Amino acid sequence: MEPVLQVENLKTSFMTSSGEVQAVRGVSFSVEKGEILGIVGESGSGKSVTSMSILRLLANTAVIHKGSKILFGGQNLIELPKKQLRKIRGEKISMIFQDPMSSINPLIPVGKQVAEMIREHHPERSKADIKAEALELLRKVRIPEPEKRYDSYPHEFSGGMRQRVMIAMALANKPELLIADEPTTALDVTIQDQILRQLRELEEEYGTSIIFITHDLGVVAELCDRVAVMYGGLIMEEAPIDDLFENPGHPYTMGLLASIPDLEQDKSVRLRPIPGSPPDMTNPPKGCPFAPRCPYARKICASELPDFVEVGERHRSRCFLQYEDAPADSHNPFAGKKKTGGEREE
Amino acid sequence: MNSENILEVKHLTKHFKAAKKQVVHAVDDVTFSIARGKTLGLVGESGCGKSTCARTVIRMYDVTDGQIFLDGTEITRMSQKELKPFRKKMQMIFQDPYASLNARMTVRDIIAEPLLAHRIVKNKAEANDLVYSMLERVGLTKEHAGRYAHEFSGGQRQRVGIARALILKPELVICDEPISALDVSIQAQVINLLKDYQDEQGVSYLFIAHDLSMVRYVSDDVGVMYLGQLVEISEADEIYKNPLHPYTKGLLGSIPIANPKLARLKVKSSIEGDIPSPIQPPSGCRFHTRCPYAKPECAEKTPKLTDAGNGHRVACHLY
Repeated sequence: MEPVLQVENLKTSFMTSSGEVQAVRGVSFSVEKGEILGIVGESGSGKSVTSMSILRLLANTAVIHKGSKILFGGQNLIELPKKQLRKIRGEKISMIFQDPMSSINPLIPVGKQVAEMIREHHPERSKADIKAEALELLRKVRIPEPEKRYDSYPHEFSGGMRQRVMIAMALANKPELLIADEPTTALDVTIQDQILRQLRELEEEYGTSIIFITHDLGVVAELCDRVAVMYGGLIMEEAPIDDLFENPGHPYTMGLLASIPDLEQDKSVRLRPIPGSPPDMTNPPKGCPFAPRCPYARKICASELPDFVEVGERHRSRCFLQYEDAPADSHNPFAGKKKTGGEREE
Repeated sequence: MNSENILEVKHLTKHFKAAKKQVVHAVDDVTFSIARGKTLGLVGESGCGKSTCARTVIRMYDVTDGQIFLDGTEITRMSQKELKPFRKKMQMIFQDPYASLNARMTVRDIIAEPLLAHRIVKNKAEANDLVYSMLERVGLTKEHAGRYAHEFSGGQRQRVGIARALILKPELVICDEPISALDVSIQAQVINLLKDYQDEQGVSYLFIAHDLSMVRYVSDDVGVMYLGQLVEISEADEIYKNPLHPYTKGLLGSIPIANPKLARLKVKSSIEGDIPSPIQPPSGCRFHTRCPYAKPECAEKTPKLTDAGNGHRVACHLY
C-alpha cells in the first residue's frame, strides 16, 4: 500500500541553557492510507516532538537536523517554504491536542471558528454554503442541537464538547492525515470512550489516516492498527497491534505491559514496575537508552545502539537480544524465537 | 461507632456557595466507613465530588452537614486547635508532586516539618535519623536529603510527598489521585510502595483515582460516586464482576482494555452525554438524564443506598 506520510531519520533537538536536548534522535516510520498508527511512550520519550516536527509547529529553540525527511504528497515538508506549509496545515494534515483551548479562540463563537476553517481553504464558497457545512460537521461530532450551539462561546462548553469542536475544525477540510496528540488524556473515561468511537467512525467515513500519540496502552489497544513504541528519542519497537500485545519484542514494551494491572490482576501478586527513571536527554546514554533500566541488559547494550531486527511480519525491534547471534540462555526472553537480520558480534 | 473502623462518615454533605446565591452540591449525603488496615477506593468522573469528599473528611473544608468519626471520636466540628492531635492520625498524599512540595525547602526539611509541627522532635538534628530511615523506606537515600524538589523526577517527588505523609505514622492516609501525574512505568513503583507499607504497618487508605483497574488492584472496597452522591459501594472484586448501578456498568464499560483482541470482543455499554452541573443537579436519581434504563419514577424519587445482598449496596430504583 502507498504510504500517506513517510518520516525518515528525523532528528529534532532543543537548544537550551543547559545544553542540547536531543528529543528525537533518528526516527523513521510511515503511515498508510486509512491506517491508525499509535505512537506510545512516556513523558520525554520524544513522541510529541515527533508529531510537532511533522507540521513544524516547534518552539524557536528547536532545530530539525539536516538529513531528516518528512515526505508527504511527493514533497519534503522540512524543506517546504512556510507559505506552502500553511496550505497543507489544516487542509491536508490537521492536528488535535490535549488541551482544546490551544486551538480554539475563546473570543469567537464555535460555529464561526469551524466555518472559518472551511473558508480559509475554500474562499470561493458562499457564506450560506459554508455555514451549512459547519453545522453538518458539528452534528457529525455529536454536538447536541448544533443550530443552537453554533453561536455559543467556547467557555459555555464542557471539556469533552470543546474536544469535539476541535475535532470538527480538524476535519473541516477532510484531511488526508490527522495527528492526534493525547486528545483524550485530560478527559474522563466515559467521555474518552465517546471520542475514541468518534475518531474510529470518522476514519472509516473519510478514510483519513491518523497518528495517535498517547501514553495509554489501553487506548492504543482499542483504537490503533499499528503501534510504534518510543523511548529516549527513538522507536524501540514497531508492530501490528495484536502482535505487539501478544508477542512484545522489546524488554521496554514487556516492562510497560507488566506494570499495568488489568481487571483480572491477582491482588496478592505485586505489580512489576520498571525500576529507575527515564534518561536525561541532554546527555542520552551512549548505547541503548533503555539499558540502564533493562533487566536483561548486557555489556554491549551500554556502549552500542542496536539496529532494528525483523521479529515478525511488519514487526521490528531495536534490541541486541533479538540478534541471531545473541546467546540463547535463560537471560534472553527472546531465545528460540524466529527472526532475521542483525549480525553484529556481541 | 464500630471499633474496627478507623473512619466512619455519616450523611456527609458539603455545599459551596457560588455566584448569584447559587449552591454547588459537591457532596450530598455520603455514608461509608474504612476498617483498620484496609483500603477504600473512591471512583467517579471529574466533578463527582470524590476529592471534595476526601478534603472534607480531613477537615480542609468545613462540613455542611453529617458526621465524621476518626478512630472513635467525632471530629466533625472540632476547632483547628482541638483537631491537632487527630491530624497526626490522618495524613494526605496529593496528586501533583510538583505543586505539593515547597520549592524553597530541602527534602530533609520537607519531611521533618510534620515532626517539628507536632513537637515529636525538639529540633532538626533530632529529626535527621527519622528522616533518613523514612527516605530509605520510600526508596530514596540519605544523599537525597539535602536536595531540593526541582532536582527530582516526578516519581521521586511523589516518594518525598509520601515520606512526608508517613513520617507521623498515621493510621489513615488519604491518597488523592497519587499516581495520575506519573508515567506508567513509575505508577507501579508507587503502588507497590503504598501496598508494602500497608502490609507492614496496618495503615488504612482512602484511595481516590480515576484509573479503575488500579483502584481495583489496591482496594478492599470500592465506592462509586456520581454528582456528589455515592451510588454503589461493595467489596472490590464484587463491584467489578457484578456491577449493579447503570452508571457503574457504563463506567466499567468505558475503560480501555490493554488487550486488542478482548477490546474488540467487548460489549460496549458506554454512557452518552456529559455530567450535568452540580449547581442544579437533576431531580430524583441524578443519573436519570443519562441512564438507558430510566423510568418515570427515577426523575421523581431519590433512590436510597440499599443492600442488594452480601453487603453490596446500590442506590437505584431497579433494585
